[in-house]
Amino acid sequence: MIEVVNLTKSFGDLQVLKGIDLTIEQGEKVVVIGPSGSGKSTMLRCLNCMEDPTSGQILYHGVNLADMHVDINEQREKIGMVFQHFNLFNNKTVLENIMLAPVVTQKKHMKKLRRQQKQNKSADVEILTNAQIKARAKENALSLLERIGLADKADAYPSQLSGGQKQRVAIVRSLAMHPDVMLFDEPTSALDPEMVGEVLEVIRDLAKSGMTMVIVTHEMGFAREVADRVLFMDEGIILEQGTPQEIFENPQHPRLQEFLSKVL
Amino acid sequence: MGNFSRKVERFLEVFINAGGYVRVLEGLKNTLLIAVLGLVIGLAIGTLIATVRVLPKYKRLPRVLNGFCSFYVELFRGTPMVVQLLVFYYVLLPLIGVKMTSVAVSVVVFGLNSAAYISEIMRSGIQSVDPGQMEGGRSVGLSYANTMLRIVIPQAIKNILPTLGNEFIALIKETSVVSFVGATDLYVAFNYIGSNSYEFMVPYLVMAILYILMVLIISLLVKWMERSLRKSDRGR
Ligand SMILES: Nc1ncnc2c1ncn2[C@@H]1O[C@H](COP(=O)(O)OP(=O)(O)OP(=O)(O)O)[C@@H](O)[C@H]1O
Ligand SMILES: [Mg+2]
Repeated sequence: MIEVVNLTKSFGDLQVLKGIDLTIEQGEKVVVIGPSGSGKSTMLRCLNCMEDPTSGQILYHGVNLADMHVDINEQREKIGMVFQHFNLFNNKTVLENIMLAPVVTQKKHMKKLRRQQKQNKSADVEILTNAQIKARAKENALSLLERIGLADKADAYPSQLSGGQKQRVAIVRSLAMHPDVMLFDEPTSALDPEMVGEVLEVIRDLAKSGMTMVIVTHEMGFAREVADRVLFMDEGIILEQGTPQEIFENPQHPRLQEFLSKVL
Repeated sequence: MGNFSRKVERFLEVFINAGGYVRVLEGLKNTLLIAVLGLVIGLAIGTLIATVRVLPKYKRLPRVLNGFCSFYVELFRGTPMVVQLLVFYYVLLPLIGVKMTSVAVSVVVFGLNSAAYISEIMRSGIQSVDPGQMEGGRSVGLSYANTMLRIVIPQAIKNILPTLGNEFIALIKETSVVSFVGATDLYVAFNYIGSNSYEFMVPYLVMAILYILMVLIISLLVKWMERSLRKSDRGR
């Protein structure tokens, strides 16, 4: 589903990623661990080209996202991303946060469809009006809020939510786009300890539903629990990878052993 | 004191019976029209310029546009408004052979001038918005332009509202130069009353009070807008 080929990334003179090769299968849960500054976030952000790779390829369903001619916005619709600091839209209510992208992108698609339909009259596709698009997006957003138990916060602004609530909203904001894959960058690191559980719960449910996920985290217990595969990154490369059992119980590389002895 | 009340009488005489109030109303209308439309045009063009100036610069086109915009800003901030007005009215328009009323020219020049100032205000406003807001928008598939327009700029405007209010007040005050190209503003109106009553004390006093009133009302308006916009910040 996602294939990373010889990815490198430099910030000026600093080479942060030094050649990453990685294949992620449909439905797989990949957890990325490693010391601070090893390039975990950078790698994750390259997967949806939030950072432009310096060299290499990011093949997503065979499309190279690193190619400047690819419509990256359209590709990102299907790649959800959850940030350490939530990044909810501060000027929008919770409901608007969730509805905005689906409505805007749906309108864009409908415009395209309408144009296509004009060109060949046979094209038999359902064209939605703007009102229909909005109504559906709202319905979907409300049911997502229901799912995370925050339906009563629909009209609240992000600043009125706790950290845990913000992160749960951020997750469903991504889900509202019906993504094929979800990227998480330390989704619980900015949270007070008592709120970590509620967020992990949502991610766990998502994992059970079969979503493909890449998760950067320092929560080793959670990594062990949800991961199909764990990657250990160090100094810009994937130094070791394997099942949670292999990585946590039988680490090979001394750097990984050292890292685990510090965090476990 | 009796002297002063006679002056007031003379003022009222011209103000009411010799058509003074008509001119004052026209002056007031022009002053507000030029300042408000100038602000609106300035906001539109200024926001556009600010957006260009914060664009990532690793491609050629943004760099060229950026160069053009910074030239524009320097040009309009580096010369006095009166000079811009005079050049527009007496040099540029005759050269290109376009006829415009002096009020229309004033609106255009005030718009272009305030665009330069507002673009700088807006730029710092945009830069004060957490970059995470842009990332959040891009991550769900919104385009750069869309995220800018719907997420970043509204928050930037909220941050710079007090400064924008000051810019509007500055525009109101600056309208006193439009008489240079023959537009009737408050100065022209009260000057008319003064010349016809041979008495300038009261007219200019009233003019000053009118300016102060306008500025006070605008300040209150800005405060009220700030408060209602801050509702998305409750509990922070
Ligand atoms: N935009 C940037 N500009 C310059 N340097 C950057 C940028 N982003 C990251 N870096 C540098 O790249 C290196 C790797 O950063 P990255 O955020 O990927 O690490 P990480 O593994 O996610 O660390 P952490 O666990 O602390 O989040 C660091 O040295 C960081 O300073
Ligand atoms: Mg990181």
